[in-house]
Amino acid sequence: MTIEIEVKNLNFYYTGNILVLKNINIPIYKNKITALIGPSGCGKTTLLRCFNRMHDLYPGNRYEGEILFQGKNILSKTVDLIELRAKIGMVFQKPTPFPMSIFDNIAYGLRLRNIKNKKELKERVEKALIEAALWDEVKDKLYSSAMGLSGGQQQRLCIARAIAVEPEVLLFDEPTSALDPISTGKIEDLIVQLKNKITIVIVTHNMQQAARISDYTAFMYLGELIEFGPTEKIFTNPDYKLTEDYITGRFG
Amino acid sequence: MTSSFKREIFFNLAYLIITFLASFIIIFLALGIFLVLFKEAYPAIKTFGFLGFLLSTEWDPVKEVFGAAPSLIGTLITSLLALTIAVPTALGIAIFINEVAPSFLKDFISTGIELLAAIPSIIYGMWGLFTLAPLMAKYIEPFLQETIGKLPLIGKLFEGTPLGIDLLTASVILSIMIIPFTASVARDSLALTPPVLKESAYAIGATKWEVIKDVMLPYSKLGIIGGIGLSLGRALGETMAVAFVLGNVNKIPTSLLEASTTVTVKLANEFTEADKDIHLASLFYLALLLFIMSFFILALAKLLFLKIERR
Repeated sequence: MTIEIEVKNLNFYYTGNILVLKNINIPIYKNKITALIGPSGCGKTTLLRCFNRMHDLYPGNRYEGEILFQGKNILSKTVDLIELRAKIGMVFQKPTPFPMSIFDNIAYGLRLRNIKNKKELKERVEKALIEAALWDEVKDKLYSSAMGLSGGQQQRLCIARAIAVEPEVLLFDEPTSALDPISTGKIEDLIVQLKNKITIVIVTHNMQQAARISDYTAFMYLGELIEFGPTEKIFTNPDYKLTEDYITGRFG
Repeated sequence: MTSSFKREIFFNLAYLIITFLASFIIIFLALGIFLVLFKEAYPAIKTFGFLGFLLSTEWDPVKEVFGAAPSLIGTLITSLLALTIAVPTALGIAIFINEVAPSFLKDFISTGIELLAAIPSIIYGMWGLFTLAPLMAKYIEPFLQETIGKLPLIGKLFEGTPLGIDLLTASVILSIMIIPFTASVARDSLALTPPVLKESAYAIGATKWEVIKDVMLPYSKLGIIGGIGLSLGRALGETMAVAFVLGNVNKIPTSLLEASTTVTVKLANEFTEADKDIHLASLFYLALLLFIMSFFILALAKLLFLKIERR
């Protein structure tokens, strides 16, 4: 088992020196699904957004420690963020289609990588839509606005958009919290299939979801990583009482 | 039924009537102004007709022949030219404030823009006459003649003696006047782009400029266009600043370096001297046309705003 991302002694501060991640150490295994769980405000989304340096968009945020991605520290000042975000993609809580056609939504990321050839664009858009299990539903209206799709379809479109550029890691920030159970099921199936090609980190509030789809689970509480291990172990026989209390719904 | 309950009903009713009246004053006023304009303009409408008035270039109080073409064209040229200068500048300001500037500069520039918007238009007019017009005549217009003026076709627009009292100067003044408004509307529209939408573009490896160009601008397009419409409405109706630097020459201009006139300038200049009824009626007719033109442009802009709010 290879480690794709390794977080070492990570501290993270929001603007104004507010410490929200405290000395996090966690490995993310290649081609596995790692779930980050914990009560609201525990820092799981904050940790997720460290992996693609999303925090850099807002001035005043500060990292300490290391995050090694394929052996290289991505927190170093010299990292090319554009390149990093092409390798580590992200899907957000709410579907975020761009105000353009379905085709262009997916072609957008490809065009940013200088893929201009019409035939290649078409092939890769189709491939991404097939992989995201959306092709059959949209193949007849590729050039109409993405805003007209349902919430679940929009979210799969966002996944297609993220995988079209062939990232090595994909970060999911509560990707189904705004969706109905059927759409949620489709997206969970999709995520499980994706792990053959892509390493996946998913933040979720839904414990069953973590149990269903993830291989590893990390439980966080008040900015600290309490426990990390194989999902089966965390859910059946956790080492810490806090983890057990959270999982059995005694608080949260 | 207790007396306090009755009182409550009474107050509710009074409240309803007062607010209803207050808000309907606006509608009555707009309608009333339209009717008065129409009534006062009626003799001219009867004499010259619609197209006859619209297309005629003559404005001769002695012979009592009046036509709207030169002033309408002057109004359109100055307003549209002002927009072509103002819109790119305002967009630049809006993008800078929203996405590029560090926070201390953001507030500084925003305040500056608001101050600029607060200057009365007559002061722009005076500044235009005493400062901008000489500058235009001495440096900018000769420079334009030497460069763009040498091009075929477009060059024709810069023929003539650069005097500084002309369409170009008037348009520059107008553009300075509408930049603050256009910029603040564009700034607010851009700021409405949901952060998560921007983040998703960044998340697939877009640069800041690509996010602005491909996500923020398309998202806020309708709002910005609506803002441009409102600015156009202001430019069409602006009087004092233009009156100072445009002259009042009733002729269809062939060059931007010619003095000209606009509907508002004509109204401001001639109302006091119009001693014949048909002259006065023609001025009212001009006012009516401006009213209708502004009304439709503003209505269109409002419609666009409604459309984005529903999204």
